[in-house]
Amino acid sequence: MTTRVPVVERILSANDRMAEKNRELLDRTGLYSINIMASPGAGKTSLILKTLESLDGRLRLGVVEGDLASSIDADKAAAAGLPAVQINTGGECHLDAAMLSDALNSLPLSDLDLVLVENVGNLVCPANFQIGTHLNVLIASIPEGDDKPYKYPGMYRGVQVLIINKIDLLPYVPFDMDYFQRGVEVLNPGVVTFPVSCRTGEGMGDWVDWLVRKVKERRE
Amino acid sequence: MHELAVAQSILDISLRHAEQAEAKRITDINLVIGQFSSIVDDSIQFYWDVIANGTLAEGAVLHFERIPGEMTCGNCGHTFQPSDETFACPSCDSGFVRITRGDEFRVDSIDVE
Repeated sequence: MTTRVPVVERILSANDRMAEKNRELLDRTGLYSINIMASPGAGKTSLILKTLESLDGRLRLGVVEGDLASSIDADKAAAAGLPAVQINTGGECHLDAAMLSDALNSLPLSDLDLVLVENVGNLVCPANFQIGTHLNVLIASIPEGDDKPYKYPGMYRGVQVLIINKIDLLPYVPFDMDYFQRGVEVLNPGVVTFPVSCRTGEGMGDWVDWLVRKVKERRE
Repeated sequence: MHELAVAQSILDISLRHAEQAEAKRITDINLVIGQFSSIVDDSIQFYWDVIANGTLAEGAVLHFERIPGEMTCGNCGHTFQPSDETFACPSCDSGFVRITRGDEFRVDSIDVE
């Protein structure tokens, strides 16, 4: 005879608890942290490097790079003078809270103000795995097309900041900004949005000023 | 590859509840998955047969209750399921629309012996 046992527990609740531990560690050390998610090629590494440049020393950055394989991104960050840790997920399509926990232990946390975590390039899986950062940031880029909010609603729903990168390409590719933003507004009403070009630097000033403000608010 | 992490999490949650209930075997696991959180597809059952081997959940069948996305128009109050290409209200064409269902992502219950 079978009996039904009610459970009602969120799948990935263990990961959520681990994410809370990461958050506690970050808060204890007075650090601010963001989880940068996007499809491959949207400009995650470019955003990190351009953010470093635009900050011009106002914040001390550390970087965690997540990739299936290789240390290309961490090498780029290290070449730019950033303390960087590479996580190779070995086939997993997202970072999870346990992976970030290991990586944080390898960074000089007490010497930093802000940790930028570059998630694996993917618009599906990272959305479901909280890692414990203060902000989830999504980079959409113009050449990807204006229909992405409609195709990947989960990702657009779970972020607090949307960066629209490669706006310098708007004259050259079909991209209906109104259609794109209508979809975003339904999924994530009022999400903080920064249109930028990591190539030309357009819009980067607004983004880093906002970031500096968030880090300072956190400390107060 | 996220299916493996998801399957492992479902297994951990199910085993914990089965042990609390002092069950001998888990026969069925009932999942509720909303359209907007849907990273789970039926291929999880293939992983399941490997990772649940030798546990109380060996041979358990996974059931997916899929909750379609539901939106409500803030202008006219109409409730609808969005199409693939637009979220605008099919009744009044307003874009002032909010999601009212579809974020579910949970183990709802297990059936045990």
